Amino acid sequence: MGKKSKLKFRKTPLVVITFFLLLSLTGIAFDEPARALEQALQVCLSCIGIG
Amino acid sequence: MDSLRKSVQAIFFFITNGYWGFPVSKTIYQGPLKVICSPGLNCYSCPASTTYCPIGALQQILAGVRLALENGQLFFGLYVVGTIGIIGGFVGRMVCGWACPFGLFQELLHKIPSPKFDVPRGLRFIKYAVLALMVVVLPLLAVDDFGLGSPWFCKYLCPAGTLEAGLPLLALQPSLRQTIGPLFYNKLFFMFVFILWSIPSSRPFCRTTCPLGAFYALFHKVKLVKLRFNEQLCIQCKACHPVCPMGVKFNESPEDMECISCLSCTRACQYGAIELEIGGMPVSSLAKSRKTISAHHS
Repeated sequence: MGKKSKLKFRKTPLVVITFFLLLSLTGIAFDEPARALEQALQVCLSCIGIG
Repeated sequence: MDSLRKSVQAIFFFITNGYWGFPVSKTIYQGPLKVICSPGLNCYSCPASTTYCPIGALQQILAGVRLALENGQLFFGLYVVGTIGIIGGFVGRMVCGWACPFGLFQELLHKIPSPKFDVPRGLRFIKYAVLALMVVVLPLLAVDDFGLGSPWFCKYLCPAGTLEAGLPLLALQPSLRQTIGPLFYNKLFFMFVFILWSIPSSRPFCRTTCPLGAFYALFHKVKLVKLRFNEQLCIQCKACHPVCPMGVKFNESPEDMECISCLSCTRACQYGAIELEIGGMPVSSLAKSRKTISAHHS
């Protein structure tokens, strides 16, 4: 009979996701989404090769 | 499975480009949804774009970090990096295969009948240099007299920006045509290079240049959802080699950072040696345990 390999849940992805979630929340605390939104609402012509 | 993937790609294309009022308004979408990050490379100056491009936003924040600090604003790009880091931690480059509009565009171009040839493997390292230099270092350090940097990748290279934003805006606003100069021709050149290259080669931009793909690739070993290789079931038939759009030889390098988890190889492998796993648990075993639980309850 073949040996059954044991399946183990990997915890590293959860650590990584939690780390970046905290990073994102820190950004939100510094009001960065407002800055990202402000940039996204404007057309930066030189950024797309015009002007 | 491929039709499912194409459907998901189409859905993401329309979610991230859901503003179809631009032919009337003649400008870009300016609503609150633009605070949401696009998982794939999708220029936020595209008239139809409803989300922000993480690569564009990150460069803009880094380019203005000095001015922001002078104004007492602590903007370091944590929100943007955190958001794409969460996506990377869950699925990594699966985004490239399932949710990137520019990836879909290259795949459609590759369907045009022509002689096909592979992208040289060594070129894959360029994208890490693009990410480090054009997205982080140069916007942060190459500043003008006012302390303001430039979004180097968007400005000098991004073919998605030219295709999705530059050309449509020139069509919508004829007055902009007078401002076209060498910068635009340079970007037009790169756009045509990648469009023409996509016909004989599969996903050349993703494989050689995309900084977002490079960022997601860094999560390859630690992402939650990934492909799993069962060496005991593999008979080395190499059926997984020709079907991979990224040139990965999965049985030889199952941890290849180029893998976009498109699942083409899982379909090609008749021996079940490649399958999707979530957090180390094969999806097939998860489905079995679900069935067992429901049978136990009934």
